[in-house]
This record gives sequence, C-alpha cells and structure tokens, in this order.
Amino acid sequence: MDFLIAAIITIVGISTPILLAGLGELVVEKSGVLNLGVEGMMLVGAIAGFAATVLTGNPWLGVIGAAVAGALAASLFGFLVLTLNSNQVATGLALTIFGTGLSSLIGLSFVGRIVPQFGSVFPPELARDPILKVIFGYSPVVYFALVMVFVVGWFLKSTRAGLILRAVGENDLSAHSIGYSVIGVRYAAVAFGGAMAGIGGAYFSMVITPMWAERMTAGRGWIALALVVFAGWRSGRLLVGAIFFGVLMWMELNAKAGGLAFLSFAQYIPSQFWAAMPYLMTVVVLTLISMRDRVGLNAPACLGKPFVPAT
Amino acid sequence: MANLNRRNFIAAAGAAAAAVPLVGGAAFAQEKIKIGFIFLGPIGDYGWTWAHNKGREAVDAALGDKVETIYVENVAEDASAIPLIRDLAQQGCKLIFTTSYGYMDQTIAVAAEFPDVKFEHCTGFKRADNVATYNSKFHEGRAVLGTISGKMSKSGTLGYLGSYKVPEVVLGVNSFLLAAQKQNPDAKLKLVFIDSWFDPPKEAAATETLINLGCDIVTTHTDSPAALQILEQKGLYGFGQGADMSSFAPNAHLTAIEDIWGPYYIERVQAIIDGTWASADTWDGMKEGTVVISPYNKAVPADVVALADGVQAGYKDGTYDIFTGPIYDQDGNLKVEEGKVMTMAELAVIDWFVKGVESAA
Repeated sequence: MDFLIAAIITIVGISTPILLAGLGELVVEKSGVLNLGVEGMMLVGAIAGFAATVLTGNPWLGVIGAAVAGALAASLFGFLVLTLNSNQVATGLALTIFGTGLSSLIGLSFVGRIVPQFGSVFPPELARDPILKVIFGYSPVVYFALVMVFVVGWFLKSTRAGLILRAVGENDLSAHSIGYSVIGVRYAAVAFGGAMAGIGGAYFSMVITPMWAERMTAGRGWIALALVVFAGWRSGRLLVGAIFFGVLMWMELNAKAGGLAFLSFAQYIPSQFWAAMPYLMTVVVLTLISMRDRVGLNAPACLGKPFVPAT
Repeated sequence: MANLNRRNFIAAAGAAAAAVPLVGGAAFAQEKIKIGFIFLGPIGDYGWTWAHNKGREAVDAALGDKVETIYVENVAEDASAIPLIRDLAQQGCKLIFTTSYGYMDQTIAVAAEFPDVKFEHCTGFKRADNVATYNSKFHEGRAVLGTISGKMSKSGTLGYLGSYKVPEVVLGVNSFLLAAQKQNPDAKLKLVFIDSWFDPPKEAAATETLINLGCDIVTTHTDSPAALQILEQKGLYGFGQGADMSSFAPNAHLTAIEDIWGPYYIERVQAIIDGTWASADTWDGMKEGTVVISPYNKAVPADVVALADGVQAGYKDGTYDIFTGPIYDQDGNLKVEEGKVMTMAELAVIDWFVKGVESAA
C-alpha cells in the first residue's frame, strides 16, 4: 500500500508539468496554430515564476508571474506568425532557442537562491496522513492542472467561444467570412498556451526542485508536444496520456533499481525500453489514427497554415 | 571580476539573440594567449560544469594578464561537438580543455587537424602528441561518503543515482558500497541510471523511486541538487556532487565531493606559457587536492566524522585504498584476491559492480 501511494505521488509529479503545457498547446493547435516553442515558454515560465517568488516572497504571485511571462513570450511568437505571417515551425523553434537563452540571462542573478514553498491547500493533517496524502498532499498547481482538464474540455465542446475557436482552426476562411476575427482568436489561444506552458515550467522551478538551473525542463516541452498528438487533440485523453507518460518513466526508474521484481516479465525487458516507450507509443497511436479517415484524425484542418484572407 | 561578469553577460545575451549553444567570451586583447574550454552542461548547474568553470576562473585570476579564457557551454557529447572544438582552435586557442568523457573521439579527431594546438581531454583514455588526458580520483571521495553512509543508514539500503555506466560512475558505485560495507557488512545498494548528466525532473523522480524502494541515504552521480531537495523534503540524507550543495538542503546535505580543477588548469596553462607542455596522463586525487570533502553537517556524529577523516588521511598518506581485496562481484565471483590492490589501469576500465549492488541495468 505504501509502495502504491508513493508510486502515485511520484507519477503525479512527473505528469503535471507536461499536462499543463499540453493543455495549453491543445488549445493553440485547436485554433489552427502550431507552436513548437513550448520548451522555450516553459523555461521562461520556470525562471519568471522563480524570480517573482523570490522577489515577492509569495508563490501565488510567482505562478501568476510565470503565466504572464509565458503569455508574453507566446505573444511575441503570435506577432511573428499571425501579424507578420512568418513560418510557424521555424518561428516556434526560434522561440525555444530564444526562451532558453532569455531564461539563462534572467537566471544569472537567481542562481543559488531559495524560494518559499506553497502551503498545503487542505488542512495539513490531511496532507500528511500516510494514506489520505494520495488525495490531499499535492501542490495547488496539481489541482489547478486537473481542474483545467475539465475547463478546457468544457470550453472547447460546450461554449460558444470554444465553438468559434474550433471553427477558426478547422476553416479559417469561413470563420472570417461570417465575421469572426481569426487573428484575434488565434492571439488569445496562443497567449493562453503560453500561460499554461509557463505554469508548467514554474512547476519545475517552484515545486519539484525549488531552484533555478539553466535548461532545467530538460526537454519536457517536446514531450508535451508529443502528448497533444498522442491525445488526438482531446483534453480527456491528454490527461490519460500525461499519466501514461508518467507511469512509463516510473516503470523505467523502478525497473532499473530492481523495484519491479514482482512483475516477473519486467526483469527480461531492458530498462531503456521503458524510456523509449513514450515515443514508440506516439508513433503507434499516430499510425493507428491516420489509418482511419481524416475526420478520425481529429487534427485541426488549418493547423500550421498562415491565415491570408482573400482581398 | 568586473571583466568576468561582463563576459558572462555577453555570453547570455548572445544566446538571447538566438545563438545556441552559448558561446562565451570575445576577443579583445591580441597579445594574450587564448585558452578554450568545452563544457558539457550550463555553468550554473552547481555541479560538474560549475566546478570546471571555477577552474577556468582560477586560471583567469592567476594568469589573467597573460591568457584569456573562452568557453562554450551545453555542448552535446556527439558529432556536434566537433565543429565547436574546431571553432575554438580556429579562433586561435593554444590549449583547449574538453571537459567530459563523451568528447574523447571528437577531441582526437580535431587534434589531428591542428597539430600546433594542444588539447586536454577530461576522463578519457585516448592520447596523442598534442592530446593529454586528465582525471580526478572521485572514487576516493566516494569512499568517504560510503563510510559515513554505512554508519548512518538505518535500513542498510543505500541509493545511488547514476548518470551513465561509464568507468568513472562504476568506480564511484563500487567505492561507495565497499566503504559502506566496511562499516556495515550487510549494506546493499540500489542503483538507477537516468541516462543523462543533467535532468533535474528525472533526478527528482529517480530519487523518490529509490526512497520508495527503502533507501534512506541516496548519493548522486548526476549534476544538479535535485536529489538533495527531495531528500530534504523527506527528512533523509544525501551528498553534494561536484560542489558544496548545502544551501539547497541544509539538513539533508551530510557533505559533498568538491572537484577542484583550478591548480591543474593553472599548471597546464603555465606550461603553455613556458613552452614546456607535453602530453601526459594525469590522475590526481585527494592527495593533490583535486578531490576535496566539504565541511560535515552537524548531523554527522563525532565518531563517524573520525572514521571519515581517517579515510581522507589514509588517502593523503597512501595507507588506505578501498580497492583492496578480497572483492567479489555482483554474482559472488572473487575478482580481487585477498591483499591485492587494483591498479589504476584496472580501475580506469572497470565495468563490473561489487557484491551488494542491486541493479537491473
């Protein structure tokens, strides 16, 4: 039982940042924009959240700072691809490089600093209880991420604004012709994606390892991108996927430490297999989805294409 | 010092303007001899690269009027390192330090193109007329940590967070556990390789995994303080790697192995200035001051401090060597006979774990 509880807590820790960044990117892609700069936005969020917490002493302001910084970085990307119609793939990659460098620069004066931690959202007795901590023992950011899974799903499926956003992503010219601002919707989506990636990054620098180190996201932004595809652009599946990615890393680490001895087959599987699994699974899922027709693929039809209205 | 800050600023600003990896330094003095450094991680990793950069700063401090140091950080250990090493040579560096095992073949390849440039490869074994190798006996420090762990672990199960299965790490694992077993013959060790030198989220998750599997002391052979922060949260113990990391985990941090590269770097750069540089294989340790143990945490009891100091003293005067037989491997085969001491040549290529190491990989 202890083993199980500890495993769940570890898996939640691994899954939360990629879930946050993935939810943001999901909304961005649903609006028809492909932003490959998730890694850069996460790093910007990681340093901004850390810096804001150090300067204000308040982790809540830190999270808000991370969201704002992520949104600003994304808005820069938005200006380039939406207003200036630059190539989305190249600009997204540039955003990652820019975010990496910018976070290093800002981070220079925050090396070695310590940040105050979030208190527990629930009464401390619940958060410390050996069994109940599996429900109550997380950082507020984790509960925020879970709530956002439902908010994003509900928004895209059941609200008028979500319908417009999807229409813009599926057929920008039609949405434009009936009077919606394609560029405005996409700006909003891109900024939201940046804010979520920023909070995801701040989860590293403020919760998992409360410190700033250059490149501390170590490629999680790319996993978040893979996760969106893996999830077939659905928020519920994104949650399942994030947990699945977390389970796979947990399996990898346990397999290496000999902690999967109770699974007799596990000892015959090289631990590198578990490390490769997320990517293998993404390829398999992509193959399966693309074997079905275009509707089943569920990718927004305008994904990655610049919007150039007929004059 | 102002100069240094300015250089750091230029390095980061250059990256912000979209250059990656970061290229530090700019040429502003013609008569100074240029010395280049290739770094594995960011200089702010608090660990491996941080320590090498301290060595570079020591060169600046000691010989800054005669030499100018430039560096490239975040260089991958693959073919992409070749143009970066070559670039340093083309910029006119007379001596280039490549500071990680994974640059071995790349260093040899570039060195063949620039016979007039001297190279120093850290922790490798391939040499040439203009390529020297240097290393540090980190495992001597690991024996001190193992001694402390063997005494202080309640469960007798120790955790080891490894990066890759390379001789340096294998030596560290074996040294750590053998020393722990001297204090507690039943001590065993769970080992996880994370296949990276620097990945704080994965280091944190791996540490949690080791704790869940019953380890109450976890030592790290990766480059960030992430593991120590997890141990601090859980009220358990660990050690800093590469640098004193006590500010990140004031209670969990029992002590650390500090890498002190400055004296070696100054000596080799001086040899370039004097024109006496020659290819060599240098493997210094505690005796020479390359490996230093940080101040002990007050949580370490006095008798354990005495034992740990004894190991340090033994290495300094040559009376202690943890790789003294009998030593058995994981499967119980006798690898080193009673009374025999493993040679440095044997240690340099070691690829087997001692009895008590539990690892699937």
